Order: sequence, then C-alpha cells, then structure tokens
Amino acid sequence: MSFAVITAFASFTVIVLIIGILYVLIAESSLAAGRFGVIKFITSTDWDPVKESFGALTNIYGTAVTTVLALFMAIPVGIGIAIFVTEISPNFLKGPIGVAIELLAAIPSIIYGMWGLFTLSPIMSNYVEPFLKKAAAGLPLVNILFQGTPMGIDILTASVILSIMIIPFTASISRDSFNLTPAVVKESAYALGATKWEVVKNVVVPYSKLGVFGGIVLSLGRALGETMAVAFVLGNNHRITTSLLDAAATITVTLANEFAEADKDVYLSSLFYLALILFVMSFITLAIAKFFLLRAERKYSR
Amino acid sequence: MPETVEIEVKGLNFHYAGDIHALKNINLSVHRNAVTALIGPSGCGKTTLLRCFNRMHDLYPKHRYEGEILFQGTNILANGTDLINLRSRIGMVFQKPTPFPMTIFDNISYGLKLTGIRKRADLSEKVESALRHAALWDEVKDKLNASAYDLSGGQQQRLVIARALAVNPEVLLFDEPTSALDPISTSKIEELAGVLKKEITIVIVTHNMQQAARISDWTGFLMLGELIEFDRTEKIFTAPSEKLTEDYVTGRFG
Repeated sequence: MSFAVITAFASFTVIVLIIGILYVLIAESSLAAGRFGVIKFITSTDWDPVKESFGALTNIYGTAVTTVLALFMAIPVGIGIAIFVTEISPNFLKGPIGVAIELLAAIPSIIYGMWGLFTLSPIMSNYVEPFLKKAAAGLPLVNILFQGTPMGIDILTASVILSIMIIPFTASISRDSFNLTPAVVKESAYALGATKWEVVKNVVVPYSKLGVFGGIVLSLGRALGETMAVAFVLGNNHRITTSLLDAAATITVTLANEFAEADKDVYLSSLFYLALILFVMSFITLAIAKFFLLRAERKYSR
Repeated sequence: MPETVEIEVKGLNFHYAGDIHALKNINLSVHRNAVTALIGPSGCGKTTLLRCFNRMHDLYPKHRYEGEILFQGTNILANGTDLINLRSRIGMVFQKPTPFPMTIFDNISYGLKLTGIRKRADLSEKVESALRHAALWDEVKDKLNASAYDLSGGQQQRLVIARALAVNPEVLLFDEPTSALDPISTSKIEELAGVLKKEITIVIVTHNMQQAARISDWTGFLMLGELIEFDRTEKIFTAPSEKLTEDYVTGRFG
C-alpha cells in the first residue's frame, strides 16, 4: 500500500513540476507579454536593454539557423554511421562503434563548449572558414553566406559543435530503426539479385524512414535546447546577419548570458518570455517526434 | 514428363556458424519443368538445402559449403560465382509475404530496374505480364499505385511471386509459401505452381504433406540433415523404400 502511494506520488511530481514550470514562465513573462504582445515580440529584431525595447526575432533566428545547419551536417553522418553499423560493418566492429556513439552522447555539453572554443574555433578560423570564403567567393548568392572576417566565433562553428553533439542521437535512433527491418524482407531483395547498396537504399531506408525521421526530430529538439556548447562559440550578437561567419545569439545563449545583467523588470520578464517561446518550440518538436516514432512502432509491430 | 536435370546436388555438406553440421552428404537431382518438394520434420535441413540453391547463406558469416551444386552444369558453389546473377536466375519466395515498402507497381518493377530496365513502357508491359502470370492482375490492375501493404496476405504472396517472376528466373524456390495463408489463398498458390512449372523449375519446401502430394512430381524426405529418400512423388507417398519415409508420410511421427 505504502509502496503504491510512494510511486504514485513520484509520478504525480512530474506532472506538478511541468505545470509549475509552465506557470512560472507564464507568470514571469506576463509583464513583457503585456508590453510587447505576442506577434510584435516574435517579429521584432530589437534587443535594447537601454531603451527597454525587446523582441525575440534575432534569438529565434539564431536558434533556427544553427539548428538547421547542425541537422544538415549531422543527418548524413548519423545515417551513414547507422548504415555502416547495421549493414556493412563486420560483426567485431559493431560493438566498439556502438559504444563510441553512446560515449559521444555522454560527454557533458560544457566539455564540447571548451573543446569548441580552444580547439575547433582556431581550426575553423585558420583553415576551414578562409577556405570556404575563397571557394564561395565566385559564386553568387553562396558568397553572401561567407562574408566578413573568419573569427571562429560564429554561426558556422556553433553549428558544427551542435552537429557533433546530435550525431549520436541521429545515429543510434537510425540504427535501431534499421535493425527493425525484418531480415526476410532484406533477404527477398537479395533473392532478386540486389546488391548490398541497393538493399539499403531501396528496402532498409524506406522501411525505417518513419523511425529515422522521428530520430531526426528528437535531435532537433536537443539542438534547440542546447546551451553551454553553443554559448562558448557563438558570440552574443543580437543582429540578424546573412553571413555564417558572423556572431549571433540563440534563445538559450541569451538566457545563459543575460540573466545576471537583467536589472530592470521588463528586461527580466522578456528573458522569461524568450524561455516560454523555447519551451513551446521544444514541446512542439517533441510532440512531432513522438507522433512519428509511435507510428513507426505501430507499423513494425504489425 | 521431361527428364532434363536442372540442378544436380553432389555430396553436399553444409555447416552453419559454430560448426553445426546441418546438411550431410546430400545427393539429388532437380528436374526441369517439374515441381520438387522437400519434406521432413522441423529442423531437418529442408530450408537449409533450399537456401543453398541461391546461396542465401552467404548473407551471414561463417557458414561452410562442401561438395557441388551443378546448376545447368556449372558448380554454383565455386569461388567467384556471381551471386547477383545467380539470384536473378534462381528466384525465391518466402514463408511470409515480404512486399517492399513501395507501391504494387514498384514492387514488381524493382527487380527489373535492378537488371537495368528503365523505360516506363517496358516496365509496364513486364509488370502486367508478371502479375498475369501470378494470377493477380485482375485484382490489382486498378490500384497499381496503391501500397503493397494494402493487399491481403494471399494477394501479397502472389505479388511476391509476381515480383520473382518478373525477372524471368529459370528456377523458383518456395520456402513454405502457404504456411501463413488461408485455404483459399493456398489453393490459388498451388494451382499457380502447376501452371508455372510449364515454363520454369520449382523447388518447394513444405510442412504440409498433402500439399507435397498434390503439387509435386518429385519428393525428397529429409531427417536430421540427411536425405533419407528421394524419388517420384507417387512412389514416396504410396510405396516408399525406406521405413522412416513410410512412418513420416503416414503420419506416425513428425
């Protein structure tokens, strides 16, 4: 009896916590919400503590761009790893690679941040970014993305760090999804005279695409909320820039950097308002991921 | 009945990983344009033998073949055998229907595309002919672009047969193709086997002895990895030479 009570209490704590967090976010942001409204706050690029004028767009933009770029880099690598581990790698390599992927996920994000600042950032500013700048120089439209001085503290570096952090998610969920492809369906393709690559491309990947997609959305959720690693290498710049070699700000980085200096009520309230927006974004992302993963599960269990 | 030997198995031994001796000195001849049934209790090696014919075992590590399997005179167990080519000439249908996650049309045309046929008109023509062959055309001609998963189990199994037929195989291997199907679907597939053997050679593994008796011309009875008896089906079921065979086909064990 007491056991039931304790476990029930523990479970309800979770619900109470979520409601409590949401309540605090809404209550604390009400001042800013009242002053700036919803649409205006989301679409304004202002972030001016002196004039007490705040808008979320620069932060949302920074979050969106770094996340999308990170996904762009992480998805092919993650899926590539998954394909290698499930279909190509000899058995004795599968274990060690699997462990390495999980270790990559276990590294605290602050360590990624430090590594990013001291190792990746110089590499980016000395080699990668000058190369990209030179390569893109002749290409119209593309060159817009690579303007300015390569400093290594910018959107591109932050995205690379983020992508490294989410590769384990993409890789392990894709691997699990690929493993759910029934052996006999793969064998049917081989029995028709398909090569390994043709089986992966036409059977394994289509069969598991729901699961893989769910994994990608989960990675997206993780990238949206990541703070420390990005804070080290993104700079903190409340402007919308077209160049990936400029510093920017994400919602999380702004929150981490600016609470200490938020001396005015409306400043503090605006930060809470930003947090609320992030909460909603993450919630929606997670809901989408769950939706696809559940559908995938139902499909496999047929 | 024609008597040409399509596949000749000579002194075949097969070991799975871990040195499990699954087939012991198998010798038999699969005749062209006939249905050969492999029967025997679970674990006797009949599916293992079937999967040697298209080298399906090669997908998994640490197996070992010994002996020879001559397919139209060429030893397919020889090193350097082109497995892709072999499997396009010897097709396979599995126990459960295994449609690919694509449309009905794409399922059938999949094997054709692998062989390099790209033109839509050619594909359409061959898809129709394969579906007609598998007696499925009338049921699916209006929904070729629907997902193959929308079909019933029996239809899916005929779809899979059509898919195997589309690439024009010379031999078709059936691994208990009706064990997951209802009686009506089963009889449709059995009928189909009788029609198809006019053009190709069929080897079928089955748990169902009545099925073997109904549709096959030759029957092999295996037990514990050994081929106990191989002969014409009517002989196996009416006057077997071996006591073990008689006990099995009369239902005394198994």
